[in-house]
Amino acid sequence: MTHILIMVAQRLALGLLTLFAVSLIIFLGVELLPGDITQAILGQGATPETVAAFRRELKLDLPPHERYIAWLGGIVQGDLGQSLANKREITELMGVRLQNTLFLAFIAAVISIPLALGLGILAALYRNSLYDRAVNVFTLSSISFPEFFVAYILILVFAVHLGWFPSISNIGHELGFWERVYRTIMPALTLTLVVVAHMMRMTRAAIINLLASPYIEMATLKGLPRSRIIVRHALPNALAPIINVVVINLAYLIVGVVIVEVVFVYPGLGQLLIDAVRTRDIPVVQATGLVFAAAYILLNLSADVLSIMTNPRLLHPR
Amino acid sequence: MTVEQQLRKLAGKSGITRRGFMQSALALGATTALATTIADRAFAEPKMGGRFRCGLGHGATSDSLDPATFLDLYMQTVNAAARNNLTEIAQDGSLIPELAESIDTADAKTWKFTLRQGVEFHNGKTLDANDVIASLNHHRGEASKSAAKELLKPVVEMKADGANAVVFTLEDGNADFPVVLSDYHMPIMPADGDGVDWQSGAGTGGYVLESFEPGVRTTLKRNPNFFKEGFGHFDEVEVITIADVAARTNALTTGEIDAMDRVDLKTAHLLAQREGINIVETSGTQHFTFTMRCDTPPFDNVDVRLALKHAIDREAIVRTILRGHGTLGNDHPISRSNRYHADNLEQRAYDPDKARHHLKQAGMEGLSIDLSAADAAFAGAVDAAVLYKEHAAAAGININVVREPDDGYWSNVWMVKPYCAVYWGGRPTEDWMFSTAYAADAAWNDSFWKHDHFNELLLAARSELDEAKRRSMYEEMQAIVSNDGGVLIPMFANYVMALSDKIGHGQMAANWSMDGFKCSERWWFA
Repeated sequence: MTHILIMVAQRLALGLLTLFAVSLIIFLGVELLPGDITQAILGQGATPETVAAFRRELKLDLPPHERYIAWLGGIVQGDLGQSLANKREITELMGVRLQNTLFLAFIAAVISIPLALGLGILAALYRNSLYDRAVNVFTLSSISFPEFFVAYILILVFAVHLGWFPSISNIGHELGFWERVYRTIMPALTLTLVVVAHMMRMTRAAIINLLASPYIEMATLKGLPRSRIIVRHALPNALAPIINVVVINLAYLIVGVVIVEVVFVYPGLGQLLIDAVRTRDIPVVQATGLVFAAAYILLNLSADVLSIMTNPRLLHPR
Repeated sequence: MTVEQQLRKLAGKSGITRRGFMQSALALGATTALATTIADRAFAEPKMGGRFRCGLGHGATSDSLDPATFLDLYMQTVNAAARNNLTEIAQDGSLIPELAESIDTADAKTWKFTLRQGVEFHNGKTLDANDVIASLNHHRGEASKSAAKELLKPVVEMKADGANAVVFTLEDGNADFPVVLSDYHMPIMPADGDGVDWQSGAGTGGYVLESFEPGVRTTLKRNPNFFKEGFGHFDEVEVITIADVAARTNALTTGEIDAMDRVDLKTAHLLAQREGINIVETSGTQHFTFTMRCDTPPFDNVDVRLALKHAIDREAIVRTILRGHGTLGNDHPISRSNRYHADNLEQRAYDPDKARHHLKQAGMEGLSIDLSAADAAFAGAVDAAVLYKEHAAAAGININVVREPDDGYWSNVWMVKPYCAVYWGGRPTEDWMFSTAYAADAAWNDSFWKHDHFNELLLAARSELDEAKRRSMYEEMQAIVSNDGGVLIPMFANYVMALSDKIGHGQMAANWSMDGFKCSERWWFA
């Protein structure tokens, strides 16, 4: 067990280094964009005078490296700073959004992961049958359509014609849990359709890959039923690649859902990031970027840990 | 269109009275019963109650309650629900006092605004002269970044006259000064120490701010102490940002919201046919332009400017880009809804021969120029530019349309590139519009146009109190801008909104979208 803990600690330290690099890249990237926040916010109303006054107020007249170091100093003490655009605390600005994003990712994961694994196992079980083909065609077509198109189709069917679900996810903090789930179902379903294919195909492929192994042949010769062979004998050994794919999709559910957010007016982190980039609100871009990077790092780490845990040879190395 | 749809459209029109509606309805061949049913709904007496949910295409996470930073319809609508100005533009377009009770001036230079007595802010403070001074000072001074800074520049002195009156002294006379104070940047907020309290959102308006999530939504509830009689009918108001037009339309058709702005013009006619939804449009001062820099060749030559103005088919542009939801522009920024619009000025038409003639005068036959456009300038700007290119080709002008990035358009293209597409919300008065963008020394004189006689007239008209003289000066100025200026104005765009038929409203103000931002105050559930 200790070597896992050591590995986790090492990976976390490396993760911190990655976060630092990410913050530097984001900062430089936003600096390279034409215009700055004062021009972006004042828009058509930017006169040289107002721009100069605004820059002084935001300390944007300081050289970039000084601003970066000041920001880094704050981060080290756990202070994300304030949004340049409206002087709000970033923790406050991001807190609710992060919760919303995680909530949507959670609901989408709760629907899509069991569904994908179930479909994948069945597809392996009834390989090359009509069912296998149908599932493949359906999931591959839903992943091939752009997300907004899938979203519009769902809205047309479930909101406009059937009227089962609201067409926009008007999420407020005063809502109860089930009301929230109800209002989140449509974006979650869209995301499910987008991620299921990847996980399903990987589950199917990983299991089928193992079906040619001698020990599976042995199990077959013992007279075990096919379903038992797949679930008890093949699946545990196929878990490592499946876990990896599931985690990649989880990360996608957290960081890549901005289009779905826009279509369903879901107040998540993606929209915050886009607004911040558009107005060149560097501290907010930085903070959101760090959260996204941290999500990737932590999820990848957990994928590795889980892969080791499910593989006795890695868990107890000689 | 069925008779019923025609009638509903008619009833939604701004400026129509119940009597006028009934007459036209019967003339259209409707039965009295049908006309009465629709009229009852459209001209019903306001009722109290309900939660009004309004979906707007604007709003960003970077929004703030600071009126110095207001940029678009989202904060303007929220602000109008929670706060008031000294003056307001009424539904019929006239200027009326709002927090002021009376406005007095002898020479248009010294203005005395007497305040309403006993008006309370949402935080319980009673309105007095200090609040007014602090709220306006918020935009003045060296460090101000407010867009209202320029507007208040002519104010030399502002002092309290007792607790209930404020006296303004201006640099020069300005007969339109009360209109300036109705600007959305200048709501009155409670004074707080040396400054003003904008952070809490407290105002004197019909609704008290409950929650404010920038870029998502704002909720407000009715202010029981609202000082206006007969306004502020809803119990609660929710202003939601829905940037995607398809999402906005779906939200309205599925009953998630009660009203939306910026209807997709391509599908407006389909939306209008839908049961329970009315399309409402107002024709105000919003206009789209192609602006030339008069300090840069070849646009420094007035014949080139005229050639370019004759080389565009305005009717085709309004028909194609605005889908008919707009009116023709005549190369000056004064709209038909303005008081001194020059009705007699001849409408400039598409005339390739005249364009050629002017090019010949300028000695620039076969002119080839770049036109910068991006949809950030206005929706459809790139398409409009491409259409214009085709029109101009017939006059022997080669326009090369340069598609610019949306991002940073106002910093990198506008007032930088010699010829570019521009959006203007317009201004309620002639003086305001001209001094904002056409006066030689204006910060936003985006055509870099300097015309001595025009500038003299501008100054003279500003302090002129004689109505007839003022009119003739403004009409002359419109003619000068149209014939000499560097701005090609092919169209004035309507504000097109869609409302659930549960919403009742009176005459719809045309000065801005959503009933002059005041939908929450003026509308009700019928």
